[in-house]
Amino acid sequence: MKKILVCIKRVIDYNVKIRIKSDESGVVTDGVKMSINPFDEIALEEALRLKENGNASEVIIVSVGSDGVQQQLRTGLAMGADRAILIEHNTILEPIQVAKLLHKIVDQEKPDLILMGKQAIDDDASQTGQMLAQMCSYAQGTFVSKITVNGNSLEVVREVDQGLETLEVDLPAIITTDLRLNEPRYVKLPDIMKAKKKPMEIIDPSTLDVDLEPSISVLKVSAPPPRQSGVMLNDASELLAALKEKELLND
Amino acid sequence: MTDNSKVLVVGEYFRGQVISATSKTVNCASQISSDVDLLILANDPEIANQSRLFDGISKVLTIQDAIFENPLASVMAPVIAAIAKDYDCVLVPSTTFGKDLTPRISALLDVSQLTDIMEVLSPRKFKRPIYAGNAIETLEVNEGQKIIATVRPASFKDVGNSNDAALSLIDLPNVEIPSHTRYKGLESGIQERPDLQVASIVISGGRGVGSSENFDILYQLADKLGASVGASRAAVDAGYVPNDMQVGQTGKIIAPDLYMAFGISGAIQHIAGIKDAGTIVAVNKDPDAPIFEVADIGIVADLFEFIPDLLSQLD
Repeated sequence: MKKILVCIKRVIDYNVKIRIKSDESGVVTDGVKMSINPFDEIALEEALRLKENGNASEVIIVSVGSDGVQQQLRTGLAMGADRAILIEHNTILEPIQVAKLLHKIVDQEKPDLILMGKQAIDDDASQTGQMLAQMCSYAQGTFVSKITVNGNSLEVVREVDQGLETLEVDLPAIITTDLRLNEPRYVKLPDIMKAKKKPMEIIDPSTLDVDLEPSISVLKVSAPPPRQSGVMLNDASELLAALKEKELLND
Repeated sequence: MTDNSKVLVVGEYFRGQVISATSKTVNCASQISSDVDLLILANDPEIANQSRLFDGISKVLTIQDAIFENPLASVMAPVIAAIAKDYDCVLVPSTTFGKDLTPRISALLDVSQLTDIMEVLSPRKFKRPIYAGNAIETLEVNEGQKIIATVRPASFKDVGNSNDAALSLIDLPNVEIPSHTRYKGLESGIQERPDLQVASIVISGGRGVGSSENFDILYQLADKLGASVGASRAAVDAGYVPNDMQVGQTGKIIAPDLYMAFGISGAIQHIAGIKDAGTIVAVNKDPDAPIFEVADIGIVADLFEFIPDLLSQLD
């Protein structure tokens, strides 16, 4: 395996409590801490480990988003990616449009393996990887918690609702990563300095010939119905009585 | 509110049985249109046969072929895409099966997809959760465009089983079936306790549990209640339990009938994973713990005194 392409998305940091705009047009992102989507960070960590173990020679990171995404790409470079590509676009795109843009990058770069998170924690769509796999006619392994390289194929373990499923997929392939795959490394200061010198290519999506008009309209973004306020009880017997009354205990 | 668009539901089954998520997806489909067909791709003809009972469907379409012995998205997607050409809307359960498969269908048909429909407002207008349910998006699919979506099972009830829908055996469409993916097996039921995502009761521990050994008391309680055991990210990061037990935005998002949190402070990302639970019980020493803000029942207590007390009363 020579090249690994890792797709990352900039999202609101998972520890931030999101706020909905008062006009219900979306979620407040101004002045909010942004991070690499945690599942994508796991994908990048896996790519770096594959390279460190001699299974790959180059790790490229790519993202679609505003110029602010450069910050997350720099973080990715500091983690150890060799170079970065930003397709700069300022509005929210549909996953299929992102997949089409990434498809163009795959055509250019011809990676042997493409890794990305199983979903982004903002729109929770879980679509882009699978769409890209179909567009490229590649095999896919989604929600993957273990990757073993066997020459020109991978054995992957997937976290599915019924347990752990194992697939063998031929390369090139697209793998979407789940939480259990690894624990991403912390970035060290000298690496942040080094990352500043690594190449970052900025691409104008209008040069890629992809229709970026939305076909699904977001009418509004609202808060979920609030939970009713709870009660405070004093001890185990009161709790047991309350649970029995609600018929919540299994027989 | 329904219209006369043609809806295709892709059925999911496991070990010879159509699963409840399929029934729930049929329910969602019935709220969009009265013309609903269910597609069963299976090697076992009995699966299509038992699906005829679902209320609300006009017919069950089935292709019986050995290529469907195991659920491979890359094999099923081109077949479904070929069949879906005659439909206005394609719905698939939002399970790991549906999430794996549906985007490949969407890409083949060049249609923008919706994930996790939680409510049907009109045949083209839907609600879906984003940010792990911390916000709800209302979306409208543009006129004239095919709708392809996954349906969030937790948001719909099963349909009744009193139908006798027609069974239509169809031929495998003439599409290219890729060979780049090979199914090797499934390790299932390895846990002694119910799976976190299907358990009706989940017992969870946080940093307050203090150690891996101390989790034993939670396992005891779980076994007594027939519950699954989860943990907060803090407990996972501290090494008390493996990370497949993590409940939260970056772990598993669950919706049990009863969720009991012990020694969990209630970080935002944890709350995001449990907010759909029916009843949340929180036990924490700290009366100011944020978990009490979302709990339906809160108890300020030391879990090491509280749980033994609870266990003795359950005997």
